[in-house]
Amino acid sequence: MASKKKAAPKDKANRVSVFERIGKAFSDFGKRFVDGSLGTKLSHFIFGAGNIYHKQYIKGLLFFLLQAGILVLMIACPTINGTPYGWKALRNLSLSQEKGYVSEGGDFDPETGDFTVGSDCKLIILFGFVTIAMIIIYFLIWNMNIKSSVKADNDKKIGKKPATFREDLAELLDGKFHVLMLTPTCIAAAVFTILPTVFMIALAFTSYNSQDMNDLGTNLFRWNGLQNFRAVFTGEGSLGFEIKNRFLPVLGWTFIWAILATFTCYFGGIILALLINKKGLRGKKIFRTVFIFTIAVPQFISLLAVRNLLGEYGPFNQMLKNMGVITESVGFLGLRPGDSEILAKVMVIIVNMWVGIPYTMLMTSGILMNIPTDLYEAARVDGASTVKMFFKITLPYVIFITTPYLISSFVGNINSFNTIFLLTGGGPTYTGYQAGGTDLLVTWLYKVTIDQGSYNTGAVIGIFTFIITATITLVTYRRSKAYNEEDTFQ
Amino acid sequence: MSTTKKKKVRSQSRARKVSLGATYTVLIVLGIIWLVPLIWIVLSAFRCEYHEDGTFIGTVSSNFFPRQIGFKNFKDLFTESYYGVPYAFPKWMLNTLIIAVIDCVISTFLVLSVAYCMSKLKFKLRKTFMNVTMILGLFPGFMSMIAIYFLLKSIGLTGNPQHPEYSVIGLVLAYSAGAGLGFQIAKGFFDVIPNALVESAKLDGCTNFKIFRRIILPLAKPIIIYQALMSFTGPWMDFIFAKVIIGADNARYWTVSVGLYSMLFGTHPDTNLFTQFAAGCVIVAIPIVTLFMFLQQYYVEGVTAGAVKG
Repeated sequence: MASKKKAAPKDKANRVSVFERIGKAFSDFGKRFVDGSLGTKLSHFIFGAGNIYHKQYIKGLLFFLLQAGILVLMIACPTINGTPYGWKALRNLSLSQEKGYVSEGGDFDPETGDFTVGSDCKLIILFGFVTIAMIIIYFLIWNMNIKSSVKADNDKKIGKKPATFREDLAELLDGKFHVLMLTPTCIAAAVFTILPTVFMIALAFTSYNSQDMNDLGTNLFRWNGLQNFRAVFTGEGSLGFEIKNRFLPVLGWTFIWAILATFTCYFGGIILALLINKKGLRGKKIFRTVFIFTIAVPQFISLLAVRNLLGEYGPFNQMLKNMGVITESVGFLGLRPGDSEILAKVMVIIVNMWVGIPYTMLMTSGILMNIPTDLYEAARVDGASTVKMFFKITLPYVIFITTPYLISSFVGNINSFNTIFLLTGGGPTYTGYQAGGTDLLVTWLYKVTIDQGSYNTGAVIGIFTFIITATITLVTYRRSKAYNEEDTFQ
Repeated sequence: MSTTKKKKVRSQSRARKVSLGATYTVLIVLGIIWLVPLIWIVLSAFRCEYHEDGTFIGTVSSNFFPRQIGFKNFKDLFTESYYGVPYAFPKWMLNTLIIAVIDCVISTFLVLSVAYCMSKLKFKLRKTFMNVTMILGLFPGFMSMIAIYFLLKSIGLTGNPQHPEYSVIGLVLAYSAGAGLGFQIAKGFFDVIPNALVESAKLDGCTNFKIFRRIILPLAKPIIIYQALMSFTGPWMDFIFAKVIIGADNARYWTVSVGLYSMLFGTHPDTNLFTQFAAGCVIVAIPIVTLFMFLQQYYVEGVTAGAVKG
């Protein structure tokens, strides 16, 4: 509550400053042009002109080359795999067949004597976004180039020599060190994280579904607005039946799974850590090593081992048969259609404890050892029992410290692909549906996209997953101490 | 009076002994439960049983302990061809090793540089950068994975008919490109390094680069080792990313996890390959587990830091 009160005025201040900043940017824009030297004025049209005017030749040339490069790309529209970049990519982004921007291909081209190649709609969208990014970058560089020219103007005004190229480079190692250090990550993240994410979000608003496209005999798809989101309620489209009937069960199970998986591993790990750290216990190191050992083994190995161990022909079923408990193999993991869904769910959570507990144990061990011992001594003097001390001292302390971990582990469990995919494969399966009894949203997403080629439906599932995880994280994390007082620790 | 006190002490120590004994029992039972599946895989790797007509039994066997042991599975793994690729397993190992080494270098560098900026430098977009990273981390990795596949394919870095080997480069890019966004643990580590150290160096005229190289990096050995360990073992442990990016029909350039998975569930699954799969698992697990055991201390440090930083 207190943190909320504190945060409110800060938010307000931020909001005002955003508007102010926009307003200031516009007034700055005019001022820069009017007040600037001839070089600065020219810089508004030809990048680097201001720098060259101030005899910063290398810098000016670099700016100019960047401008020329982007403009050439935009106008010449080079193609990769038959799909253009540049202004044509922006035009094609409408995916309009009527205007002839995309075509099936297969027509005879009298000029070359070949058959024309059809358009690749997914590449058109991808390159369209790249082009939009290029335009944004163009204006960022434009702004940088004017700023740099204005700085040189000001330097001259106060009688300082504008920075040489060498001085600029040296500044990269000092005052602008963060630019140097963050640029590789920013570029990599833009290309391999942001672009793909935006692209997949866009696919949710298209008819990109291999099955539909095959039925219609086309290799093209188009924008179809919110139709895929509507399918969750109406059941239209080729996978609509599946989406409508399986969405809520899968969503519900994803939630139950995430809650149970997080808390069983969390408390199991704390208890295990307490057991290992018990006073007077010998061989602490050996026990810890045993559990770390299981973390070190790659998950695909340990999970596939358990899958086969518990499988129809595995030793566990055989052992139960020998003991006379069962006469026929039990499908613990729902690997055969018709196996019990409940049993599979219970087993998945138990096996997940096997995977997750050592990790929490390791993590909480250090924290447990840091709990001030006088807390326990005071409690002991007051006659508190061990159980009471656990619930009143140990647990609150550990939870307080590990709240960020709890949140991220909850989100991690919502997206826990490996455990389900390798253990049950989402089984038991149901005829006519892709989503089996233990499928989570992510494994369902995988089946729908990779197995079925229904990229639009997969993207819808992905967006729903994001909404869920984002809501949970933002609500809990933004209130937590770790977030609000992030920079106080520095 | 003294006798009652003694009795009390004795009963207390007995209660303590009982509870200690119970703890030992519980821990030993748990330890066994935790190790059984792994022991079983090792036993399966050495299983060397034959049918009466002389054919080898490579399937999942219902008896826990093998009736006969031998090295046939290991030998087959290194001499047989899988999916039409001769000496497939050593090739998969080599692919994974190459990918792991390059990924280790790039990822560690990116993580350290971002973490240092976020922790010790003040600049305008710092908070924005941190919020954007957090939001990006909330999208399911699979969503972008499929798009990354299209992207790499369009620039010929996977599924390239002329140069199938480029898919290895594609996978390295896919693994290491996003690494810089996972800076939180390293940032937590840098946050603990006192600011006064940085400030005083600045007063002495050190540039930010010099501070990073001369002061921060020497202090950051534990976190460097942790990050290197994580990014080196990543490609050995990951399975789904490699499967989607490299593709099912490019068996020569698979990583070892995709190869081993395909032995059990691939496009032409051969149920008779389970024992060879187990042998492969043992070969993969040995170096990884050894690394972890040697660097345990750093791993624990990183994990504990991760608990607080999320």
